[in-house]
Amino acid sequence: MRPLTEEETKVMFEKLSKYIGDNIKLLVDRPDGSYCFRLHNERVYYMSEKILKLATNISRDKLVSVGTCFGKFTKSIKFRLHITALDFLAPYAKFKVWVKPGQEQSFLYGNHVLKSGLGRITENTMQYQGVVVYSMTDVPLGFGVAAKTTQECRRVDPMSIVVFHQADVGEFIRNEDTLT
Amino acid sequence: MGRKLDPTTHVKKGPGRKSRKQKGAEIELASFIPEEEATAKRLSSRSRKRAAKRVLSKKAPKDAAKEKPKKGFTDENSEWLTPAKRKRKLEEAESGDDSDEHWENEEDLEMEDEEEEQTKKGVKEQGKKKKSAKVEIKEGEEKEDDDDEEMVDDYGAPDGSEAESDGELLPIERAAKKAQQLKEALDLDSDDDSDDDEDDAKKKKKSDSDEEEDTVQANMDEMDAFKLPGAEESAKEGILPLDLKTIHQRIKDNIEVLCNFTKQREEGKERAEYLSLLKKDLCTYYSYNHFLLEKLMDIFPLSELVDFLEANEIHRPVTIRTNTLKTRRRDLAQALINRGVNLDPLGKWSKVGLVIYDSSVPVGATPEYLSGQYMLQGASSFLPVMALSPQEGELVLDMSSAPGGKTTYIAQLMRNTGTIVANDANADRLKSVVGNIHRLGVTNTVVCNYDGRQFPKVMGGFDRVLLDAPCSGTGVIAKDPAVKTSKDEGDIQRSAHLQKELLLSAIDSVNAESSTGGYVVYCTCSIMVEENEWVVDYALKKRNVKLVPCGLDFGKEGFTRFKERRFHPTLKLSRRFYPHTHNMDGFFVAKFKKFSNVVPTTPVVKEEEENGEAPEATVVTESPEKKPAKSDKKKKIVPGKAVGLKGKPQTNGTAAKKKTIVPGKAGGLKGKPQTNGTAAKARQAIVKPKGKKDSPAGPTKAKKAKMDGETVKGAMAKKPAAKTADESKASTADKQKKSPMKEKKRMGKNKFRKLQSLLKNEIE
Repeated sequence: MRPLTEEETKVMFEKLSKYIGDNIKLLVDRPDGSYCFRLHNERVYYMSEKILKLATNISRDKLVSVGTCFGKFTKSIKFRLHITALDFLAPYAKFKVWVKPGQEQSFLYGNHVLKSGLGRITENTMQYQGVVVYSMTDVPLGFGVAAKTTQECRRVDPMSIVVFHQADVGEFIRNEDTLT
Repeated sequence: MGRKLDPTTHVKKGPGRKSRKQKGAEIELASFIPEEEATAKRLSSRSRKRAAKRVLSKKAPKDAAKEKPKKGFTDENSEWLTPAKRKRKLEEAESGDDSDEHWENEEDLEMEDEEEEQTKKGVKEQGKKKKSAKVEIKEGEEKEDDDDEEMVDDYGAPDGSEAESDGELLPIERAAKKAQQLKEALDLDSDDDSDDDEDDAKKKKKSDSDEEEDTVQANMDEMDAFKLPGAEESAKEGILPLDLKTIHQRIKDNIEVLCNFTKQREEGKERAEYLSLLKKDLCTYYSYNHFLLEKLMDIFPLSELVDFLEANEIHRPVTIRTNTLKTRRRDLAQALINRGVNLDPLGKWSKVGLVIYDSSVPVGATPEYLSGQYMLQGASSFLPVMALSPQEGELVLDMSSAPGGKTTYIAQLMRNTGTIVANDANADRLKSVVGNIHRLGVTNTVVCNYDGRQFPKVMGGFDRVLLDAPCSGTGVIAKDPAVKTSKDEGDIQRSAHLQKELLLSAIDSVNAESSTGGYVVYCTCSIMVEENEWVVDYALKKRNVKLVPCGLDFGKEGFTRFKERRFHPTLKLSRRFYPHTHNMDGFFVAKFKKFSNVVPTTPVVKEEEENGEAPEATVVTESPEKKPAKSDKKKKIVPGKAVGLKGKPQTNGTAAKKKTIVPGKAGGLKGKPQTNGTAAKARQAIVKPKGKKDSPAGPTKAKKAKMDGETVKGAMAKKPAAKTADESKASTADKQKKSPMKEKKRMGKNKFRKLQSLLKNEIE
């Protein structure tokens, strides 16, 4: 486990800012103690300093996970957000999409969100803006990228995709093995 | 679309039973038939087919051929009957045979009563002809159904009701006939017994009369004292196994006798004979192996034993736990009800549990589940965590955490504050732990993959430790029936041994001086005394711990005495849970309070000498415990030695100073890895030093001993189990002498470590 390098930090924060914008600040400077990002097994974990100290007791090959896993770096040093980061993305998300109950299941099985299943969408969403997907009861279900702007969404036909799927909570079951 | 049509096609399939009933003269009769009867018929349709097949193959050809002519039916009647057969054929593949059988049934009935009734019958049959033909088919059906029901295990349900139903079905004359049959029953009994050859086949033919005979026989059984089968009979059994129903009846009778032995025993028979028969029957009936059943017989009184075994045949209800980090139980219940789940709160004792009766959706894949609002978890798994009752801000260790149910429950009780270390020895199973803690939004967890036995060396100073020890699983036979046959004495002993080691290391990981905690909860999903009370008793002897109430207001008290063993009287504070009494998995929970970090050495020595049992555990774990208490003193006293002891600080590893604990240790540990280069090496280093300590720590002047010890014991530390009793004795003896020396050394170590960590920090 080690702190992120300069470059890694930049890549990761760029990615995060697509979803939560300036709110990244809130992740780093928290009123309830200092929190930090650490790299372990190519994965980025977000944890409080307290837990960090404790985790140093554990040797590297025996350590499986600390705090919350945000995502992982690919071999080409791109950062890929995991669904496990949803707990921290959802409260700070700038742009949100709500899906209708009928399409919840479809989204949870890894499909894109179609216009027909679109319940609500934040105003002024730009194309390719990172969005967090909610159910109509405000339960976060995953995140993705807006395929259309809010304006376009009003006009397109019902079967066209409005949000590209990136991650959904169904992955807790489907991809349990690769979460860590 | 296809689905919509289905029900209609179903209805259209041939003239259903109902339509047949409603035909012609039978309308009257239909009103007589109680509805339950009808459903019962439907239920047994399969078994009816089976029975029909059997009958077909065995008797139908001969008997039918023989008996048909005897029957009073005329040619006209037989003509009438053929079409009926065909109808049935269309409906059910084997109906043709069935009808044959019906005829036989009829014949039997009539044959028996022929003499008395012939006159009446002749008249009536002539009169009714058409009607009676159909009626009789019906009767045949009914009887056959009854037969089938008998063949299926109905576990001794009374036959009387069936007889009654027959009576209702039949015209009044039948009732009269039956009354007569009842009278004759005794004679018939004797007949039956004598006719061994005819066995099943005959019985079926005689359906009606047989049933009544059965009821009578059953009554007789109850009245008669239960008799043990003689030697020849049991020998016969070996070749021709009895059917399950008989065995079940015999078990019941046997237990009744055993419960009231002096009155009901058969003269000259020993209790042991009854017991051995009972054991054999239970093994056959519930398919346990002899070993496990014997164990269970030791644990439960006989009356409870059967309840327990029966309870193991049915699954426990599905329960879920609300994740209070994300939602409230009421909201969750509402959301699930909206999805078509039928649920109820789980008992008064839990505020987060829900029982699920049935569900139209898979409960493990609803959006609520995926978003972490609840966790599928057996009711029994709530208990140890409730007993542990972790407080906010504490440092808690879950020693064997997979799949994370209890870990996440701990986290939710702590409201995501403090820290939880979730450990499991199996790396694969840890994946589910990681998945679950992330799904449920738990952020205060460190997940690691150690063998629990090494844990005090990795880190100590926990406020609370939960040890859900690996066990033989005898409490969860309903979940995994393989346990019934796969366990033997060795398995139990092995897991008991492992549990003792784990429990000691769990206790050693706790900091007794913790202001809020100092608790260890030990639980297993086994009900064996060897894995529970015995292990707890062992820990009570080996460590400065006492049992405290679990905080669970139900469950049975643990045993304080079991067969020849006597356990510590406080063991009644532990709790046992059984499937048949609490409708949850079999479970054992005990809660310890650690009142001193000092490991009692003197009793240990004696014990070791006496038992030679698991000495390595005490030796290994001893050091970390003592250190915290003594270390402070030592510092003040002997500043000098630090330099000479370079090697040792490393060895101390976990020990550090427990009061300042965490940071200090962390530093110490960090240091090692750096010195060693790789993390893996670091661990080895940690392990070895401890081994060293054990031996050299003992002797006051034992520099020689150290030298020897370092080489020898370094190797030994890796496989502590290999230590011989002699060595352990020697080392313990040494320890007793040594205590002052130790202190000095330790102080040195501490200093050294501080220096080391300072250096490291600087380097970092």
